[in-house]
Amino acid sequence: MKTKKLLLGLIGVIAGLIFLSPFYIIIVNAFKTKKELFQNTLGLPESLNFENFIEAFDRLDFFHVFLNSLMITVGSIILIVICSAMAAWMLERTKTKMSGFIFFAFIAAMLIPFQAVMLPLIRMMGKLNMLNIPGLMFTYLGFGCSLSIFLYHGFVKGIPKELDEAATIDGCNKWQTFWYIIFPILKPITITVSILNTVWIWNDFLLPSLIINKPETHTIPLRTFFFFGEYTKQWHLALAGLTLTIIPVIIFYFIAQKHIIKSVTAGSIK
Amino acid sequence: MKKNRLEFWGFVGPAVFAFTLIVVIPLLFGIYYSFTDWNGISSNIKFIGFENYMEVFKDEGFLKSFIFTTKFTIASVITINIIGFSLALLVTRGLKMSNVLRTIFFMPNLIGGLILGFIWQFIFTKAFAALGEATGHSWLLGWLSNTETGFWGLVILMSWQMSGYLMIIYIAALQNIPQELIEASRIDGANAWQRVKHIVFPLVRPAFTVSLFLTLSNSFKLYDQNLSLTGGGPANSTQMLAMNIYNTAFKFNNMGVAQAKAVIFFLVIGGITLSQVYISKKGEVEM
Repeated sequence: MKTKKLLLGLIGVIAGLIFLSPFYIIIVNAFKTKKELFQNTLGLPESLNFENFIEAFDRLDFFHVFLNSLMITVGSIILIVICSAMAAWMLERTKTKMSGFIFFAFIAAMLIPFQAVMLPLIRMMGKLNMLNIPGLMFTYLGFGCSLSIFLYHGFVKGIPKELDEAATIDGCNKWQTFWYIIFPILKPITITVSILNTVWIWNDFLLPSLIINKPETHTIPLRTFFFFGEYTKQWHLALAGLTLTIIPVIIFYFIAQKHIIKSVTAGSIK
Repeated sequence: MKKNRLEFWGFVGPAVFAFTLIVVIPLLFGIYYSFTDWNGISSNIKFIGFENYMEVFKDEGFLKSFIFTTKFTIASVITINIIGFSLALLVTRGLKMSNVLRTIFFMPNLIGGLILGFIWQFIFTKAFAALGEATGHSWLLGWLSNTETGFWGLVILMSWQMSGYLMIIYIAALQNIPQELIEASRIDGANAWQRVKHIVFPLVRPAFTVSLFLTLSNSFKLYDQNLSLTGGGPANSTQMLAMNIYNTAFKFNNMGVAQAKAVIFFLVIGGITLSQVYISKKGEVEM
């Protein structure tokens, strides 16, 4: 029994190290000079030199693109949360054919791959003069509301209808009932919806590349793509840039780890 | 009654509006465009029947990327599920470091596909080469420079990214197995393999349905990782379907044909995923 535990522990350590090794290779090489990187790719750097990071930070215009990413992600999520929560509550509480049909349409749309709508969408957005940040947020709302409504819908089912009725008797209209009574109860699922959409929108590359492809509105993935194209022969800078882009994600992960894992589990059992 | 309807649309309206404008209308237009000579610029659009589709079936590049995508999907679905399930078994054994391991295994999943592709590009081309030179293993040299290493490069990258995700799903399923069942089987004299085969597997089956669905559709639709790891190269031999559609549209400006490809892509994904869910649901047991 004891040797078995020991063996399992050993397998665990090895698997953990294998999973961590890509991070190790990227980070140690981000500290090396160009010459050192080619002579010694696998070992530790000779000295802790932050010059690569400073230069990459500068050339990426990291602060600026970070703010763009943050603004787009937060804005889109506020839109998605408000619209999906409202729609899901109404769809669940209304038992009409129309309501059932709309809900079915939202669910069925989860099967549509982005490529099937990509070309007409970009053409239409161009015509509507929406190839900009608000347009991008609106697009995320359109694509993101399906899964979000589905998750909210499942959660609303568990809230007793008597609660709505009690609020109505106390003189609340629908709007007040929703914002004062229902929305606060939805908090756990709101966290799930926000996290799932954050992971998606923060990392998304293709959609921003089609909708906001201007240097001043670049998001982190978008800027990384162009930065990388320019610096493929200068791995020390490219790797420092990649490390910078990973840092916010890792920080987010360590702060909200419990919620993230819970959300992923909830989001996948659909 | 009228007030009720107004209230209904007041709450549902915003989501329906965005959804219609972003998904429904482009989808309908997309299907329409695939039967026209649309070139993205001219507004004079003519109906040409199935001509675009005929062209797609004559397009060797499309067929090649279809085969490549299918092979990649099969390989990655198998490896990701096996690794994910093994990791789940490993971290549910009451080891002291289980929590740390979970954190580590799941971490790659949060990083964007584009960035992961760049990370692995460095590992395959530089770190592998350095390791190969240091140890004398020549198979470590020249990764991503031919179709085969590009293929396995993509499989390794996807396994690293998605195994942790599946691990989380499988952990939830494993923890739902009632301990009494395991105990009872022990008393009845079942060995470890029998327990896994007759109790664990049937009860984990719903999680398996979900995992298969996620890995199938994610692998088949892969774009970002493909773009940043190999860029479709060398000579378009690792180009997957999503990239083929993108290039047809934006590199060759062949909008009608690209849209026909996209419609085929949609039908194939819908067909595969729906039949997979149907087939795996049929074999599930009720608790």
